[in-house]
Amino acid sequence: MNEILGLDYPTLWFLVVGGVFSGYAILDGFDLGAGALHLFLKKEESRRIALNAIGPVWDGNEVWLVIGGGALFAGFPVVYANMFSAFYIPLMLFLVVLIFRAIGIEVRSKEPGKLWRKGWDVAYSISSILIALLLGIIVGNIILGIPLDENHIFRGSWLDFLNPYSILVGVTTVALFMMHGAIYLTMKTEDRLYAKLTILVKNTTIFFVVSLILVTFYTLIYLPHMTDFIAGHPSVFLLPVIMVLAVANVTRQISRRKYIFAFVSSAVVIASLLMIVALELFPVMIFAPNNPENSITIYNAASSEKSLGIMLRFAAIGVPLVAGYTTFVFYTFRGKVKLDDTSY
Amino acid sequence: MDVEILSRIQFAFTIAFHYIYPPLSIGIGLIMIFMEGQFIRTGNPVYEKMTRFWIKIFALTFGIGVATGIVMEFEFGTNWAVYSRYVGDVFGSALAAEGIFAFALEAGFLGILLFGWNRVSHKVHFFSTIMVTLGAMFSAVWIVVANSWQQTPAGYHVVGEGMQARAEITDFWAMVFNPSSIERLTHVWIGAFLAGAFLVMSIHAYYLLKGRFTELSKKAFTIALFVAAASSLAQLFTGHKSAEVVAEYQPAKLAAMEGHYDSLAVADLFIFGWVDQEKKETKGLKVPGGLSFMLHQDVETPITGLNSFREEDQPGLINFVFQTYHLMVAIGMALIALSLYSLFLHFRKKLFQKRWLLWVFVWSVFLPQIANQVGWYTAEVGRQPWVVYNLLRTSDALSETVTANHVLFSLIMFTIVYILLFSLFIYLLNKKIKHGPEDPELHQHSPRHSGMASTVKSQSHE
Ligand code: HDD
Ligand code: HEM
Ligand code: HEM
Repeated sequence: MNEILGLDYPTLWFLVVGGVFSGYAILDGFDLGAGALHLFLKKEESRRIALNAIGPVWDGNEVWLVIGGGALFAGFPVVYANMFSAFYIPLMLFLVVLIFRAIGIEVRSKEPGKLWRKGWDVAYSISSILIALLLGIIVGNIILGIPLDENHIFRGSWLDFLNPYSILVGVTTVALFMMHGAIYLTMKTEDRLYAKLTILVKNTTIFFVVSLILVTFYTLIYLPHMTDFIAGHPSVFLLPVIMVLAVANVTRQISRRKYIFAFVSSAVVIASLLMIVALELFPVMIFAPNNPENSITIYNAASSEKSLGIMLRFAAIGVPLVAGYTTFVFYTFRGKVKLDDTSY
Repeated sequence: MDVEILSRIQFAFTIAFHYIYPPLSIGIGLIMIFMEGQFIRTGNPVYEKMTRFWIKIFALTFGIGVATGIVMEFEFGTNWAVYSRYVGDVFGSALAAEGIFAFALEAGFLGILLFGWNRVSHKVHFFSTIMVTLGAMFSAVWIVVANSWQQTPAGYHVVGEGMQARAEITDFWAMVFNPSSIERLTHVWIGAFLAGAFLVMSIHAYYLLKGRFTELSKKAFTIALFVAAASSLAQLFTGHKSAEVVAEYQPAKLAAMEGHYDSLAVADLFIFGWVDQEKKETKGLKVPGGLSFMLHQDVETPITGLNSFREEDQPGLINFVFQTYHLMVAIGMALIALSLYSLFLHFRKKLFQKRWLLWVFVWSVFLPQIANQVGWYTAEVGRQPWVVYNLLRTSDALSETVTANHVLFSLIMFTIVYILLFSLFIYLLNKKIKHGPEDPELHQHSPRHSGMASTVKSQSHE
């Protein structure tokens, strides 16, 4: 098998997929969070400013989801095919709320009518919350594992996905994104709106910390397979430590009003949480609790070496490019939001 | 109805809906490059006004294109799991490349295109317009390559058997440049240019008829007319090339396109007609020996007909393939006639006096849209019963876990949502057209203005 830096191709591609989904969670996380908080902002002008704070970037953020889907399809077709068909109903709902959200952002300011704007504000905000919730529920189910037969095909009902643990992870995700989004918005606003947001930042942080503690206890008590890996690999214990430190730093930077640092820290929280999940499962991608033999691993799901090699080259060229123009766009729209005639 | 039929209907419906918008974005993008290029070159504010008007319409088509595109990307996995596993190794890379190289480029610079007019210099903005358009064109590259691969597979070998069978890549470039990629990609691109050009001409013809924005509309119309004339001619050429590829690699599809049954006979070229699938014959207005002549440059060579294929290897809806194909070609000819005649009038400086012709242009916006749709129906329905040509049957490609009820549920949901989306699109487009281009002078506030002041200002224009 070919290797780079001692890692085989499936592992490398697993890192790429993980990196892309983390990028998605960090980037779309803040605009989903801003959406989730939208209805807390009462004044028309505040809502427009909040919307325009994410205006030039939310679509680019969402592209990371598209890239992630493509990367999964390309590198681990078995996961893409079997998971997406297993999660059929939740995914279809996910797609519909994605559509409503995108359209809500696009059109809410295109008509002056009060009812129109209220209606789309609600659609936009509720769908942002639902997207975060569904993403969390999916992650929750991935942690729990789902029943698979010997051909790795899902054997169960989609209603099983709505279990208490996954819903708890879903709520935690909503809380996390809300915190992340609130911090982002404080960076982009001034005056009274800023003052209001500083309060929202505090409340959402409390919301997040409480749900995180609940999830952690639940996992430690009921999901032994998740903790086994860490018990066997003490160096990995560093990750939860980093995560906790980052959470602590979020609160510290918030009280110092250094929102940029708080934002970076909450990004670290998101990334380390995902890394913990990924590492604890690795090399399993989809765990089959009914018979661990049936689990989907990076090896029985991967594309051929040839294909992975080609795509690794793509990623090596493409990812820096994407990072480059993403930075350029964020740089162009840096600073506090100013509404003008091109705004939403 | 069974899962297969429902899944096919759902896929056809969602992709056909998606395909209303990307061609418009690609086409408008191209024309915006010319408009903004003129602005940069001449500094004439009328071009600025025009560009900024079209940016707004672009934002609309683009927004709906993105919202409906994400559905497509998930749908392979949700509804066609066996297919996804089968093709993943080969065409996953095309889809991943699409994400990394095309969508990211597009979405990145889109922010600057839409919101950056007052923030960056005109040159940087122009650059963003070009990048967004290129991104949109690249999106078409990868997805059309992927589709072409399933029409004319190349550069792969099949490993495993039964449930585990899948195609693995052996030669990346042979996969990318499979026998039909180039022909179909150019055909798709040009179809998109036509969709954009005719939308631009439609709206500006309407303004001219109503006596609004006359100077601006004449200039914009002329830009689009040149694009349309060049594209419609090129489309005939690329379409002909596509037909040659179909004849060589997918003879059953070609036979269906022309309703040709008898393999020993010379093939006629129908102008229009009707295929009787029961009696296995086709009636209509035809050029005797025409198809043989088109493909072999002589009227004597027989062409393989449908009778040479087993019933289960023929596309089921032969008359449908025949009709959609002929409609596309008829529209192609009409577009050539319309744009060349108008170009002739343009050079004689008589174009804008012909009110009837302007009315024709107002309505002709539907022609390229219809041609784009029926072109894909020809290609995709004609490909049946294969999902990957001669390798994997559509009926074997479904997801194991998805039931008819699941699909019925999602199909109904998408139907409702898409009706809503479409109504919104028409409503907002109509509103933008009624409103028309705005004077840039009204909006010359510098970015340094405080948030409050500029809000009040821009709201008062709404
Ligand atoms: C890369 C893949 C790809 C691309 C770019 C397209 N399609 Fe497709 N299409 C498929 C991949 C596919 C498929 C997944 O392979 C389907 C599903 C079932 C089937 O037989 O092929 C299909 C089926 C399918 C059908 C149903 C045919 C039938 O069941 O009889 C229609 C009408 C279309 N498509 C139309 C389109 C349109 C309007 C497209 C332009 C945007 C398009 N397709 C692009
Ligand atoms: C089944 C096939 C298809 C899939 C899976 C697909 C997927 C997608 C996705 C995921 C997006 C959103 C990207 C974003 O978030 O920015 C999108 C948009 C887009 N797609 Fe498709 N697409 C398909 C067919 C096509 C075809 C045939 C074309 C050819 C012209 C095309 C051209 C575009 C373009 C230009 C966009 C950008 C949005 C726009 O301009 O409207 N797509 N597509
Ligand atoms: C002028 C005469 C035309 C000819 C001879 C022609 C020929 C063809 C052929 C043979 C195909 C099938 C290719 C395949 O199955 O692989 C096709 C598909 C298609 N055509 Fe045309 N066409 C013409 C005009 C047009 C026009 C005017 C448009 C749009 C404005 C258009 C849009 C399409 C599209 C979108 C497809 C599906 C994509 C593809 O398979 O390439 N065509 N055309």
